[in-house]
Amino acid sequence: MHPIRQRLQFLFSSTKGLILMAMAMVAVVTALFGMLSGPMAEWGVRDVVVRLLGMKLVQAEREGRIIILYHSIAMAIIAIESYMITGLVKMRPIHRVVVNTGVTAGYLTTMIFGLLFAYWGRLWPFHGLFIAGLTVMFSSGVVLTVALWPWNKEFYIKGPKSEYARTRSGLDLERAAFFAMAATTVVSSTFGAVAGAYFGNGFEAFLAENIIRSPEKTTLEYSVIGHLHIMLALIAIAVTLIIGRWLDFKGLYQKIAMPLMILGVVVLNLGVWGVVTPLEPIAHMIIYMGATPAMLAALMLVIFGFDKLIREGVRGIDRPTFGQKISALTRDPLRFGSLWQMVFMNFTVSGIGILMAVRLDEIFRVWPAREERIELTGHWHVLSAIIATIILFYYGDLTGLKGRLRQWYGWLIIVLSDAAFASVTFFEMKRLFISEAQQQPLVNWLMAGIDFGLGSLLVVLAALMVWRLTDLFKKKGLWTREAAEENLYQVAK
Amino acid sequence: MTRKFASIRRLLFTTLVMAALGMCACGPADVGAPVPVYDTGADTTEWASIPAGEFLEGQHETAVSIDHDYEMMVFLVTYEQYAAYLNDALATGTVRLVDNTIVGHYPGDEFRGARHEVRIDPGDYLHVALNDPALRLEFREHAFTVTPGWEVHPMTMVTWFGAGAYCDQYDWRLPTELEWEKAARGPLDGRESNRPFPWGSEIARNNANYYASRDPFESMSSYGSRTTPVGFYNGKIYGAFATIDSHSPYGLYDMAGNVWQWTGDVHPFEHYRYLRGGSKDTYDMDLRIWVRNSAAPTYASPGVGFRCAR
Repeated sequence: MHPIRQRLQFLFSSTKGLILMAMAMVAVVTALFGMLSGPMAEWGVRDVVVRLLGMKLVQAEREGRIIILYHSIAMAIIAIESYMITGLVKMRPIHRVVVNTGVTAGYLTTMIFGLLFAYWGRLWPFHGLFIAGLTVMFSSGVVLTVALWPWNKEFYIKGPKSEYARTRSGLDLERAAFFAMAATTVVSSTFGAVAGAYFGNGFEAFLAENIIRSPEKTTLEYSVIGHLHIMLALIAIAVTLIIGRWLDFKGLYQKIAMPLMILGVVVLNLGVWGVVTPLEPIAHMIIYMGATPAMLAALMLVIFGFDKLIREGVRGIDRPTFGQKISALTRDPLRFGSLWQMVFMNFTVSGIGILMAVRLDEIFRVWPAREERIELTGHWHVLSAIIATIILFYYGDLTGLKGRLRQWYGWLIIVLSDAAFASVTFFEMKRLFISEAQQQPLVNWLMAGIDFGLGSLLVVLAALMVWRLTDLFKKKGLWTREAAEENLYQVAK
Repeated sequence: MTRKFASIRRLLFTTLVMAALGMCACGPADVGAPVPVYDTGADTTEWASIPAGEFLEGQHETAVSIDHDYEMMVFLVTYEQYAAYLNDALATGTVRLVDNTIVGHYPGDEFRGARHEVRIDPGDYLHVALNDPALRLEFREHAFTVTPGWEVHPMTMVTWFGAGAYCDQYDWRLPTELEWEKAARGPLDGRESNRPFPWGSEIARNNANYYASRDPFESMSSYGSRTTPVGFYNGKIYGAFATIDSHSPYGLYDMAGNVWQWTGDVHPFEHYRYLRGGSKDTYDMDLRIWVRNSAAPTYASPGVGFRCAR
């Protein structure tokens, strides 16, 4: 076979190649478009990039551009998760091929044509292709849902005893959780699609954080707000399930976690869908009721995973000390990191949300809307980035990082990302402990933490991508082995 | 091998701890740092006439009409003007000095019990807190004076009640959001009627005072962004800093950047009051004409000021 065709076949048809390709696309888009805002704009980098690349940035179209950028990145992340799911969960080969082909075509079309439309002049055929890309992603989601159908006897857990959660008849509850996540993702995407079609027709793009204080919101505005929240929550739930599969989550904790996860996913979605119904006044309460079991399920995974890492690490030691246990827990930064980030998320996302809710009257009822916006956008950017780092940990393992390289890669991601996320969290909350007039030195330190952390993280990602790129030039590179692997870590149940 | 891995972890954790310690060691900014003084030539008593008629409102450019002529101050209310007002108002009793704060009466708003709505009953409300180090006023021997150097800077650290009371004192009022927006955007006359900034389509660092706009009043490494004198961006050159004349189509200055400006609307179902124009502390995107900010009427900040309408 022609060498170029072989490599393209690896990138576009093998599971690991597809993941690599999507990660490279996200890395390029993040690096490029990250130069258009925040400190990069402050330092004048934005102006240079805009001039060099011939971008056309109309002031009134900023919100629309950002919406397209978010969707472009989100579709690539959903594609990566889909590849991981088709590689981890048993399904018919035809389903795997259709899903992988669909999401690849979908995210690439969405990303390429969406960004061309948004940043290089409004060429309408590109907008049409952007929508077409999203539609293909939706259709692939439907196929994935069908592929994950848990009542297919072929995929029941057989045998008298099992370490995995199942019903008495053998229904695999983890598969049911994947199915619930996929099915509700497909339904929830329509909450964005319907509202998007309406606002898009009138080209009245808006960012949800800018209408948060409107006392009267329309049903379609609620729909957009619900959509963005639930989609991010479902992406987080998907990555939790993926990590569970990677770590071979089983035993008592898994048997408790899976029913909780299914319940959480269903109730959480019902709550979010409720925002466009007369249930809107109590929708938040329903959402809390759904979020709690879902987060408890994630806690079960963390407990299981930590315990597993410690057991593996102290094997052969009669009476391990606390220090030896900690050392065992942190020996593999990739597996530890993926679980640690779920714990850390509680300090930077959930904890902040709870604190804000408790002190609502003295914070949001008084603070200016722009401060509230910082807190809102800050906490969901952190959640998105935490999900991205968890994917990076898993990918590091998938790509076979070992020894010192694995240590540097894993620990750099943990330390750099957490330094950045902690800085973002302090930045969001700064008004609680420093006045506007006195904040600048603190802001400078925090911004340095954010910029250094995220910037260095991108350098780590770039190093990984360069390594994989150079590998593609080798005749017998890592890619030749990965091309032959269809499944990732599928565990026979 | 394990020892090597442990050293990697140790190195990274040490770096993190050092960074955290560095952050804890940073002190607050020097609020009293000296301020440069420039003569902008602004006549702070000037008013701009805005005729009735249509303009393009909002980001999505909806044609809206205002059915009355009105006037708005060409410049933001300055510290000098507010100090003079406070001395008058204290003498006539329209405001009172209570526990190091200036308070005044407000007749209250109708409370509709909407979600998140906070009740504003008739009573005395905060106008200015005198003990805030960011306030550029001094109260000595029963009279207010301005901290030297800040005389023609916009009055800040003033609540919505304090801003409204100033305008009331002279039988003026705060502009409505719609009036403010028309004054910034200009009439619907076909010539850049949809301009996103009061002066046109694009923004440069010498158009307005915004975050990290590098004006002579800011030092991002120490005290951060500070206000510029009213009407500073008038095409003059101040030392090495050349400004662009950035008035709105009706001739108003500082309609983008410098300080957020209180507007007068009391919207039903909410206690929030709305602010327009962006400030020294926001990125350029918040200086676009249609961008809204809101806060409780008791909120005060070094980045919030006002101007009056009549």
